[in-house]
Amino acid sequence: MSILVDKNTKVLVQGLTGKTGTFHTEQALRYFGTKMVGGVHPKKGGETWHGSEGESLPIFASVAEGRDQTGADASVIYVPPAGAADAIIEAIEAEVPFIVCITEGIPVADMVRVKARLDRSNSRLLGPNCPGILTPEECKIGIMPGSIFKKGSVGIVSRSGTLTYEAVFQTTNEGLGQTTAVGIGGDPVKGTEFIDVLEMFLADEATKSIVMIGEIGGSAEEDAAQFLIDEARKGRKKPMVGFIAGRTAPKGRTMGHAGAVVSGGKGDAESKIAAMEAAGITVSPSPARLGTTLVDVLKG
Amino acid sequence: MNIHEYQAKQVLKGYGAPVAAGVAITSADEAEAAARSLPGPLYVVKSQIHAGGRGKGKFKELGPDSKGGVRLAKSVEEAVSHAREMLGNTLVTAQTGEAGKQVNRLYIEDGADIARELYCSLLVDRSVGRVAFVVSTEGGMDIEAVAHDTPEKIVTVAIDPEAGVTDADVARINDALKLDGEAATDGKTLFPLLYKAFVEKDMSLLEINPLIVMENGRLRVLDAKVSFDGNALFRHDDIVALRDETEEDPKEIEASKWDLAYVALDGNIGCMVNGAGLAMATMDIIKLYGKEPANFCDVGGGASKEKVAAAFKIITADPRVEGILVNIFGGIMRCDVIAEGVVAAVKEVGLKVPLVVRLEGTNVDEGKRILNESGLAITAADDLDDAARKIVKAVG
Repeated sequence: MSILVDKNTKVLVQGLTGKTGTFHTEQALRYFGTKMVGGVHPKKGGETWHGSEGESLPIFASVAEGRDQTGADASVIYVPPAGAADAIIEAIEAEVPFIVCITEGIPVADMVRVKARLDRSNSRLLGPNCPGILTPEECKIGIMPGSIFKKGSVGIVSRSGTLTYEAVFQTTNEGLGQTTAVGIGGDPVKGTEFIDVLEMFLADEATKSIVMIGEIGGSAEEDAAQFLIDEARKGRKKPMVGFIAGRTAPKGRTMGHAGAVVSGGKGDAESKIAAMEAAGITVSPSPARLGTTLVDVLKG
Repeated sequence: MNIHEYQAKQVLKGYGAPVAAGVAITSADEAEAAARSLPGPLYVVKSQIHAGGRGKGKFKELGPDSKGGVRLAKSVEEAVSHAREMLGNTLVTAQTGEAGKQVNRLYIEDGADIARELYCSLLVDRSVGRVAFVVSTEGGMDIEAVAHDTPEKIVTVAIDPEAGVTDADVARINDALKLDGEAATDGKTLFPLLYKAFVEKDMSLLEINPLIVMENGRLRVLDAKVSFDGNALFRHDDIVALRDETEEDPKEIEASKWDLAYVALDGNIGCMVNGAGLAMATMDIIKLYGKEPANFCDVGGGASKEKVAAAFKIITADPRVEGILVNIFGGIMRCDVIAEGVVAAVKEVGLKVPLVVRLEGTNVDEGKRILNESGLAITAADDLDDAARKIVKAVG
């Protein structure tokens, strides 16, 4: 089992014809044959996209048309920042159930606009500014390197792309493997939060343990900790290891990710770590020991 | 991106916000004409630096008993004398750090008779994904202290982006600030226009502390701090023109030219990493092993060899750096591109400090081969833990 995506997920690409979209679509097709079903470009509808190893996909003029023609149930967005919000809204209006936005650098005001539309829809948005999602040996949406994954039992959720890779790599090296790895993204306003993903991992039978990686800024980790405490009272609980990036970050400075900033006395690493530990998560002080810490936790 | 108070007030004035008349000056010779152009008889002389806490700040050169960075003057002569004392000196506030910031610009403003000081800010409330007003009757003081000691005195009003600021929103804000009479009427104009300015100009923070009720019962924006969303600057040439590079770290300016996410810090181990989360985690692990990072540096996902070389040069040019840790987990970023960039930069500027490189992910073997065959004194590391240990040991 897995969450959100599996071998049956059919994916449309918004921004397929660009360099980034082309590269990652080739990678996805070559990753256990992820079902990439087409691309969308308003001016290139009817044309065909070609990959470097002879792959080809139809291009549709709109997301709605692409969804009609292919039955796609997911969309991935590689559109540049200025047009990315409109691309997400087009996917929402086409009622795509699962939308993944990789684009980094979307203005926050645009995401506020997107969020209002999203709240009135049945679509789920992952990201933006995220590495995507990967279910080993079944489906790769986004930019995660497939080679480090192994089918297994750990659910991984993270605000950071490269720290997701660390967690994946380390759990692979420990022989545990992953059910699904989900990058929720580093922006302040986004579609999917920790709580949403944790709920799915708790419900997924194949997921036996969870790694959660947060960072400074906002209160999503504290909210997630409270959620886990409430669920544990209902008897829903899985072994968890956590990490928070940014203990050494200065206040008031944005650390690369638009959402990674300690401001107004809120969002510092220590309060997040304290909240996660109170929820029973073993928080590793080192990003290099996520895998070994999880092995220790599982041994009890 | 941050701007000065006088610039923030010009932006808000353009939307019709009530701000005092004022003149920005960069030399004391301009002070008299500036003050004479204002109605008087009360003037305020305000240091223009990108840091808060100016009023309570002290000038390094003037000693601990001198007046602060925001001063009241009851005559043109007094305003001029303040200007002479303040300009060119170094203001140290709670937010500048010990080094302080040189005051190169003053804003001389018409004084106001203050009846009440309030707090009003706009920001993006990430918990609901909406722009929100944060208001309090406790203005003119450190809002973080108010939030900590008396959180019930802070009221948040989130705005539905599709409805904008409604009459009900204004009523809630007016009520929270205990505004009545003319001040409440002013609020009906002020709060919607602040929201309009915030959204149209892609602000990330608009803080008015204090917003005042004057003795005549009217509202006035007494101080204004505005930051803009860096991701939206591409559509605001007018805002980009307000940037004051003298307020920024030269290393950060150079980094921004290369679109590198770089933040200068106080330690002595330079870092170059791909990904913001991993870059922060690399700083954290250096600290965990007992040293301090010299910088945050995320070269991003799709950096070219040239960009990597530029980042490496910025880090090596920092005189505080006694050792460098390169930590790459290649996803989109290929390890061979990183290796080529590092080798090119070292060949150009030399390498006077220990360098530890940890490579993992896409094209890792090719990256390691390039580093090995370069003949450079590079210490390879197996993983992040190993890398941190090695660089901390090398710096000693």
